[in-house]
Amino acid sequence: MSSHPATASTRNADHREISMMAGTHAESERELPSVPPEPVMEALKLNVYYGDFHAVHDVNLSFGKHEITALIGPSGCGKSTVLRCLNRMNDLVSGARVEGEVTYHGQNIYGRNVDPIAVRTQIGMVFQKPNPFPKSIYDNIAYGPRVTGMKVDNMDDLVEEALQGAALWDEVKDKLKQSAYGLSGGQQQRLCIARTIATKPDVILMDEPCSALDPIATSRIEDLMLQMRDDYTIIIVTHNMQQAARVSDRTAFFTARPDETTGNRTGLLVEFDQTSHIFANPTDKRTEDYISGRFG
Amino acid sequence: MSVATTTAREVTRTVSSGRSKDKNVGSLVFLGALWFSLFFGVMVLLVLIVDTAIKGSPRFDSELLSNYGSIVRPESTGFRAGILGSLWLMLFTALFAVPLGIAAALYLEEFADKERWWNRLIEVNLQNLAAVPAIVYGLLAVAVMALMGFNTTGIVLGGAIALALLILPVIIITTREAVRAVPQDIRQGSLALGATVWQTTWRQTLPSAIPGIATGTILGLSRAIGEAAPLVVVGLAGSVLFDPTGVMSEITALPMQIYSLTSNSQEDLRTAASAAIIVLLIMILGLNALAIFIRNKFQKTW
Repeated sequence: MSSHPATASTRNADHREISMMAGTHAESERELPSVPPEPVMEALKLNVYYGDFHAVHDVNLSFGKHEITALIGPSGCGKSTVLRCLNRMNDLVSGARVEGEVTYHGQNIYGRNVDPIAVRTQIGMVFQKPNPFPKSIYDNIAYGPRVTGMKVDNMDDLVEEALQGAALWDEVKDKLKQSAYGLSGGQQQRLCIARTIATKPDVILMDEPCSALDPIATSRIEDLMLQMRDDYTIIIVTHNMQQAARVSDRTAFFTARPDETTGNRTGLLVEFDQTSHIFANPTDKRTEDYISGRFG
Repeated sequence: MSVATTTAREVTRTVSSGRSKDKNVGSLVFLGALWFSLFFGVMVLLVLIVDTAIKGSPRFDSELLSNYGSIVRPESTGFRAGILGSLWLMLFTALFAVPLGIAAALYLEEFADKERWWNRLIEVNLQNLAAVPAIVYGLLAVAVMALMGFNTTGIVLGGAIALALLILPVIIITTREAVRAVPQDIRQGSLALGATVWQTTWRQTLPSAIPGIATGTILGLSRAIGEAAPLVVVGLAGSVLFDPTGVMSEITALPMQIYSLTSNSQEDLRTAASAAIIVLLIMILGLNALAIFIRNKFQKTW
């Protein structure tokens, strides 16, 4: 709460220098207040149901501005469900019901007068499998601004800026008119990130963005996320604990608890803390078991 | 070591015994049965086509295409009215059926809530409609024409309505298949950027599905072009001696003309009918070839 924007940005600049010198993501160097400063988004007593199935139980989370928050946990623990609630993508699943609140700058995005379309322009999303549109690279980027009716002075500049932002410009600047399907998997995923950036969102949700990529492509995306942290608030779901440790500032650990009568597994939040604490000395036994590989 | 050697030797013997389980009596009999079925199906079709072609061969001339039907000079009778009539029918059938069919399919796939009873009802009805005999659509078209207040029969409009109703279920079903084949990832990607469901459908789903839709539509049309039953009910004449000029003009269609000539007592007219059958087949094969071309050229792999 106490962090001042100016100090935050200098700290980020220092951090990037360190990471460049070390040639790796030097995560532990970053100083973090114990609670997320200026939370951009918060989940308050979030419960999600699919029909009768209780998928997520009472999740409280808060996502700090210009921080990367990782959601980790075993399969079926509801972390992707929580992520999809944050930009109302869960609305598209038939039978899905959300209780509790998700606030974005204090406003409940599940409120009565809120347009989910407007929510999604502010809170972008990158998916597990790279999903470029069957169009040219240029049109992939320009699609978002076009459909949302964004005022764009010069689309070419916007496309370049978005591709620069996703560290893809140098690789594709000579083939903007070619199909996005000609790119490699890692490039496609960075294109999807560029596509999201182009609509100038505030928050970017990433649902296991590297799980379909090889280690080199993964590493490039992780570098990119650390760069993007200066401009965006990033929330990432990952199966890869090392990835969470490498990139995130804070980590939320979820687990699934089977219902005593039906056996259905309901996801719940176990622990939410700074990543260094979660990995070095977790308070909850379940977190410790998961982190140390004894479970999950 | 010796155990390993024996096993290896045994494996070699089994593998190279020269006897394959694919070549025992049961497999061979079954294979023979399959070959026979294939041969029988193809042969019957081939014999029919060749027989018709031979019968019609004396009339493979330009007059067959350019003359109107004539009983007075059966040796130079032609199918100009039928060919033009069929083409007009195709045009208007496509104009009626394609937009309706695509819109219905898009509603059912992209907008309808499948939990609702009325959507499920439409779904079941649609499956059944595809199996309804063609002649019933003719009756339906007559009813529609009567409701709209037209009392002239045998016009382009009536025939096109009958054929459009006939192929509507085919177009809807193939369009739904094509739309369903567009990966969910694409829709989610679009929606996550802040596009509406409508924008997503219009700008992503529909363009990606167009090759499939075009193929289905053309196959539907090629079925419609060969139909005579619904056109009989709608009152199309067996012969007309002028070109169609508009939706309200009386026409005949190629299958109608063939139908009315095959039972004629004059040898020359029956010969002309055989030749016309070949013309109709060529038109249908042409449409199907176009469908295959479109499918291969524009097909997307995800």
